[in-house]
Amino acid sequence: MNETIKNTMLFGIVAGLIVIVGYMQNWSSALYIVQMGLVSAIMALGVNLQWGFAGLFNVGIMGFVALGGLAAVLVGMKPTPGAFEAGGWGVIGALLLGAGTIFATILLVKNLPKGRLRTLIVLAMLVTGFFVFRSLLDPSVSLIEKINPAQYGYLGGINPGDGKVGENYDLFVLLAWPLGGLFAAGAAWIIGKTALGLRSDYLAIATLGIAEIIIAILKHEDWLTRGVKNVIGIPRPVPYELTLQNNPDFVERAASLGFDPVDASTLWVKVLYIVLFLIVLLILLWMSQRALHSPWGRMLRAIRDNEVAAEAMGKDVTARHLQVFILGSAVCGIAGAMMTTLDSQLTPGTYVPLRFTFLIWVMVIVGGSGNNLGSVLGGFLIWFLWVQVEPMGLWLMEQITSGMADGSALKEHLIDSAAHMRLLTMGIVLLLVLRFSPRGLIPEK
Amino acid sequence: MDFLNAIVALANYVLIPGIAYGSQLALGALGVTLVYGILRFSNFAHGDTMALGAMSAVLITWLFQSWGISLGPLPTALLALPFAIVITIGLLLFTDRTVYKFYRVKKAKPVILVIVSLGITFIYNGVTRFIIGPNDQNFLDGERFIIKARTFKEMTGLREGLAFKTTQGITIVTAIVVVIALFWFLNKTRSGKSMRAYSDNEDLALLSGINPERVVMITWMIVAALATIAGVLYGLDKSYKPLTYFQLLLPIFASAIVGGLGSPVGAIAGGFVIAFSEVTVTYAWKKVLVYLMPENLEPSGLVQLLSTDYKFAVSFGILLIVLLVKPTGLFKGQSV
Repeated sequence: MNETIKNTMLFGIVAGLIVIVGYMQNWSSALYIVQMGLVSAIMALGVNLQWGFAGLFNVGIMGFVALGGLAAVLVGMKPTPGAFEAGGWGVIGALLLGAGTIFATILLVKNLPKGRLRTLIVLAMLVTGFFVFRSLLDPSVSLIEKINPAQYGYLGGINPGDGKVGENYDLFVLLAWPLGGLFAAGAAWIIGKTALGLRSDYLAIATLGIAEIIIAILKHEDWLTRGVKNVIGIPRPVPYELTLQNNPDFVERAASLGFDPVDASTLWVKVLYIVLFLIVLLILLWMSQRALHSPWGRMLRAIRDNEVAAEAMGKDVTARHLQVFILGSAVCGIAGAMMTTLDSQLTPGTYVPLRFTFLIWVMVIVGGSGNNLGSVLGGFLIWFLWVQVEPMGLWLMEQITSGMADGSALKEHLIDSAAHMRLLTMGIVLLLVLRFSPRGLIPEK
Repeated sequence: MDFLNAIVALANYVLIPGIAYGSQLALGALGVTLVYGILRFSNFAHGDTMALGAMSAVLITWLFQSWGISLGPLPTALLALPFAIVITIGLLLFTDRTVYKFYRVKKAKPVILVIVSLGITFIYNGVTRFIIGPNDQNFLDGERFIIKARTFKEMTGLREGLAFKTTQGITIVTAIVVVIALFWFLNKTRSGKSMRAYSDNEDLALLSGINPERVVMITWMIVAALATIAGVLYGLDKSYKPLTYFQLLLPIFASAIVGGLGSPVGAIAGGFVIAFSEVTVTYAWKKVLVYLMPENLEPSGLVQLLSTDYKFAVSFGILLIVLLVKPTGLFKGQSV
């Protein structure tokens, strides 16, 4: 069978599955699967850049995605009145000072001769720097967190818009997408600088750590993200359903197509999101494809397949790894910002590694590592499974337990546990693909 | 008097919890480092192996409790431990036979094995949640304290109390026993020596007639025992919750790397380094300093370097420093 036909068929099957959901359940959930499928596909593209192109193992995808979410808050929300005057400069000053201390330490380490004196100076500098940093940061933070904690208690963002959230759409929030990429790239640079060039496992462990820390920061730094109180009502780049329903032109058009205005508005909003996401996906996919077929992409694959030989040919392996690691993480950050924009809220408590790191890995491996189209396919397919396995598991459990007496402890336990079926399913899918078809659904050429 | 009070406060809030936590991390890191040394990959499923092992112990403990069996002042979980270890050994050997062996025979790259271990993590995690659910479970019984804070105050007349929990005592004693047994096994027995030989140089070991499959099997059995013991001790000391074991992965890996991956002595040292850094950095020192400083210099704040929410950041920070300064770890590990 011709390759193009096979790939088209695979995409067709996934599209068919989603259409079935539309008919069997409702179109709103089908469109939601498409939305999140697009976001997942972008994350998978980013991970494929790292793993498929360069063989870098990143277990911190969750952290980069969450940094994108942070960007959505910082760009989308309006500044909290009075917060910046109260403690904003103090916080920024403290952060700059902290960064300055680390930078100065690095300079010192590079320029002073090795020895006990250097160690002492560096230690003294770090310790003083830390205490000054804390003494500057803490009072400003408590000032910010005192401002109307029930509603604000944080700095807010930089959105200059009219702030009528719930009425007008706000394209300014789109700026969060590239900014999310930048944030993720920054974190990736720090990790890459320390862990690349060592054993491959070290990068995995370092990324695992940075992800946990980023989530800890989002959860506990209330001045930045309101912590577990969540930021809600991030402006949307698309119209609100209520506004549409109050718009006579829209209602008329919906009626002429035979739609109820409420249904039509929900579907239309989802379609608009899908269009926006699709544009981003197509741009990134095009760029990835160009990168894959460029001399740079060939060099990366050469490094991946034989590091020693590539190094002997004069390629700077660590620098190339750093480059591609930053790029891939940035793509994950973009996807994270898009997801938070879609949800209109940042809930740091929902970031768990099984959902945001390992699920993306399953997508990349199942789709076909090293193949961009494969990642996109994997993104859609695995997201579809992730959403649909739960109802399927519940149904299965109900079938299994249908013979048991109502109210028996085992029956209740089994039905309650159905929700955990999807972890198991994903693990089994990953292992089966790795074992029997390690190149994935759409293998690398 | 003030000085004594300060020492007691230090022991109560830093030394004892640090030693207990350090022992738990050391046992966990030993498991990771053994897998690394023999099978040559970083086993991400180790946290969830601990969770599964501890879960079997929890279930057996409940069974014993329902039969009315108990150990008196000691937790019943100790009695359940050997059975839980057997279950975990069975599980790991089954996993090895069905999953890991295929890649070992194929001589797959280590990073592939790491991904495979991620898949195993998923499955173990799913099984644990499926059987026992994601919530906190209590399986601690018996006497709660060896020394109660109030008894200690009455005994010594000091202002500070010293509490020594049974679980902390058990953790420390068990860890010592396990470590002695492990080192005796590795250094004195034939199987232990063949394990070390295999870890040092695979080809030479094969040439001298060591059966690799046997070495791998023994390794998994030891790892299962270590993981179950570490998991049960941690569960007794803190509380049993499946998700926390996944989060323990970071400090455990940090311990193993700080000590030098593949080096058992290093894993133990690393465990204590990480545990004590975590406890000292996140402890509010005011309580100790109040006794030591002259009254007019007493600290106004809590003197807490980092809030406990950032305890992961401590292990991570140490990990980064070690990677930057000495990637082979304190005791020369196998890796660079």
